[in-house]
Amino acid sequence: MNPQLLQLICFYAFSFVTVAAALSVITLKNTVHAVLALVLTFFSAACLFLALALIVVYVGAVMVLFLFVVMMLDIDQEKMREGFVKFLPVGLIVAAAMLAEMLGLIGVRAMHAQVMGANPSAVAGLSNTAWLGQALYTKFLLPFEIAALILTVGVVAAVALTLRQRGDARYESASQQVKVNPRDRVRIVKMAAERPVDESPAPPQEPKP
Amino acid sequence: MITLSHYIVLGAVLFCIAVAGLFINRKNVIVLLMSIELMLLAVNMNFVAFSRFLGDVSGQVFVFFILTVAAAEAAIGLAILVLLFRNRSTINIADIDSMKG
Repeated sequence: MNPQLLQLICFYAFSFVTVAAALSVITLKNTVHAVLALVLTFFSAACLFLALALIVVYVGAVMVLFLFVVMMLDIDQEKMREGFVKFLPVGLIVAAAMLAEMLGLIGVRAMHAQVMGANPSAVAGLSNTAWLGQALYTKFLLPFEIAALILTVGVVAAVALTLRQRGDARYESASQQVKVNPRDRVRIVKMAAERPVDESPAPPQEPKP
Repeated sequence: MITLSHYIVLGAVLFCIAVAGLFINRKNVIVLLMSIELMLLAVNMNFVAFSRFLGDVSGQVFVFFILTVAAAEAAIGLAILVLLFRNRSTINIADIDSMKG
């Protein structure tokens, strides 16, 4: 089979799955199912571009986080669906208008004009990863470091937000335990020694007849 | 033959689905967050398509930064969501109106 035709068929297949899964994300009733549909969306989008990074970052990290939160919260599913039908026409109209404008801007007629050129990384004689990595660690080094900082701030903020001290829970404070002075706990009192008093009661005397 | 427009149209379709999701799921914060993730996916697709088309590495590098920011945003957003649920016992947007906005 013609490889270009095969490429096109693969593109249409994956993009169909992506779009169908994205539609089910916004329409499914159960939130857990919606998250799983989003996983499918990212998975099939990863077949279209950036394969492994997208799977590792999105499917591996972000979506698992979503699943955890969705399953942790006790959500009233029916209440969440209120207004779905009411806002459906508005949403559809806005989305359709935006899509029409975008497609008009792209120009369906010019659809076949811009053929993708040769793979730029192959032109440079590198694999795509090496091509990307060379740019990332030289030209974009400072933004790369800032991205690391953003991730750190995100982690710290997430932990700081969800951390809580409950009043009714009992905690051990390790620092207080280490700092404790034995003299605060045990008090040794000097006392004069005392002679033991013979406290045994006298034997009851026999009543004389 | 795959052209640039194939990818851009796919990105546009995904973006419009995400916008529709924002409109029709107005009660559920989790679905709103997921719609934002879908939008970022659409934008990433455009970035990669143009990077490939123009032979410029910057587009694909930027996709990595967008992924970073999206991951941080999802983490903080979900943390706020958990906090909200803990304090108010609901994540319904209609009930969260204490700021009278």
